[in-house]
Amino acid sequence: MIAKLVVENIKHKPMRSLLSILLIGVPVTLILTLVGLSHGMLDDAERRARGSGADIMLRGSNATAILSSSSATLPEKFLDFLARQPHVKAAMGVITHAIELPLVVNGVDLAQFDKMNGGLQYLAGGPFQGPDDVIIDRYYAQQKKKRVGDTIEIMNRPWRVSGIVDGGQLAHILAPLKTLQELDAATGKITFAYLKLDDPANTQAVIDDLKKQLGDSYPIWSMEDFASQLRESVNRQGLDEFIGVIIGIGVVIGFAVVCLSMYMSVLQRTREIGILKSLGGSKILILRIVWMEALLLGLGGTALGILMSYGARLAIETLRPASFQVEIVYIWWPLAAAITLAGASLGAVYPGLSAASHDAIEALAYE
Amino acid sequence: MSSGPIIEIRGLRKIYRVGKVEVPALRGVDLDVDRGEFVAIVGPSGSGKSTLFHIIGGLTPPTSGSVRVADQDLAALTDGGRTNLRKRNVGFVFQKFNLLPNLTARDNIAVARYIAGTGTQPDPQFEEVLRLLKIDDRLDHKPSALSGGEQQRIAIARAIVNHPAILLADEPTGNLDTENSKAVLEILRDLNERLAQTILMITHNPEAAAYGHHTVHMRDGRIIERT
Repeated sequence: MIAKLVVENIKHKPMRSLLSILLIGVPVTLILTLVGLSHGMLDDAERRARGSGADIMLRGSNATAILSSSSATLPEKFLDFLARQPHVKAAMGVITHAIELPLVVNGVDLAQFDKMNGGLQYLAGGPFQGPDDVIIDRYYAQQKKKRVGDTIEIMNRPWRVSGIVDGGQLAHILAPLKTLQELDAATGKITFAYLKLDDPANTQAVIDDLKKQLGDSYPIWSMEDFASQLRESVNRQGLDEFIGVIIGIGVVIGFAVVCLSMYMSVLQRTREIGILKSLGGSKILILRIVWMEALLLGLGGTALGILMSYGARLAIETLRPASFQVEIVYIWWPLAAAITLAGASLGAVYPGLSAASHDAIEALAYE
Repeated sequence: MSSGPIIEIRGLRKIYRVGKVEVPALRGVDLDVDRGEFVAIVGPSGSGKSTLFHIIGGLTPPTSGSVRVADQDLAALTDGGRTNLRKRNVGFVFQKFNLLPNLTARDNIAVARYIAGTGTQPDPQFEEVLRLLKIDDRLDHKPSALSGGEQQRIAIARAIVNHPAILLADEPTGNLDTENSKAVLEILRDLNERLAQTILMITHNPEAAAYGHHTVHMRDGRIIERT
């Protein structure tokens, strides 16, 4: 019966209810999109790293942070040393250059890359034909609206698109290693060394052996470790705290919207509260009605927020498919609902207590 | 259950405080109402009729004096106790009908049963009451789709659905035309005669007061005559 009364109350003022649901839904969308963005971008980075075909990656001695954009510090000749190690089937040097964040151009030697992953899978075009060619993946091609043969502006200079590849193959943008080294004034230097082994089961043995020879000065990761290091590194840079702040904002907005909406509702329904009291409705009953209505608005806001997060994903992936990847993280749906309902419950306290403490006679006389 | 009066009031006083000013609304009221009686209360505005109703109905506590309603001493009841009194022992009918506007007539009646903890479906005998009130075919309409007379009959049905010991009607015909007023008054008399429902009715109208067995005249917070 109370549920019916609450639903009828919500239906009675559809515009107020819809606006409340919309306003509650906005922070839900923010939270889900932010979480989806962090998951999507980390998964994309991990997928691309695995798509290199390598088993081990190694950085220069002064670059410990996995996400750092420090310049190339490894001598390219170091690859010969790495290639001679037992179980190492192929070694590839990569130089990176950050452009419009979070995008990075990877300079590669395609001959080396072919040995690593068996060759790039082209959707259109093919390998570099000249020093000013780039290979881009389909996401970057979509983002920049470019086809094979088009000219693209990267690092303040024009490049010709020689090929378009599917996603998940090391990078969104590949350029010739030599060209990028010259542009970065790092001739003969690389940022990363990727190693492919004869058998992935030898990964730990090779890492241990390399560490024994090189000491701890060179960060060396298996590709599995790289993924977890990547997540740890992102979290260390304050992502969890940032999400926490957004959650806090979500709770505050949910609280404020519900408080305002329910307070207005209680004022508008003063006479009805008097009627319920004249029928023997207790303070707890009145409080329950207000609270249930707030929870229903919160649930509606959560559902709308989830729906809008799909819209946000579509918008982001249409406008910036290479720069940003958004995943729908289902496990966050109940969390977002709990956050919203907590805000809504808090927001219902004052209007609920106010309604429950109305004097029945005054409420019945309310016009 | 006692065989004495269902309402027994002695030396009832009620003082409202408006800021620092004390406004006496009742200045020593004595009143007995027997079970099954239909009593009309008349008097000019400000005579204390409504305050008397609110106290008998448990909407506000007395300042002093003794008030026993359905064997319960209202002066000793807490707010929760008075809430329970309204759930089961008192039914209100108001001049402005006071139906919940978002619910259908059926749900307005059901909500009273829900609050009283007696389920939401009225007992089968109540169908007969609905027919008597001539609202059995209007139950699925919301108040806005009902005439004033129909709304007041729904309000009466809601007030008696839990078989209260007392029905308090505050100017039940105040917002109705002559025809609907007569219909509502006859319904109240029918309920009193057929179901032995105890009824207290406030009215300004001498013709309406004539429907009761007795008429209590009030002035300046006192009962000045009982006829």
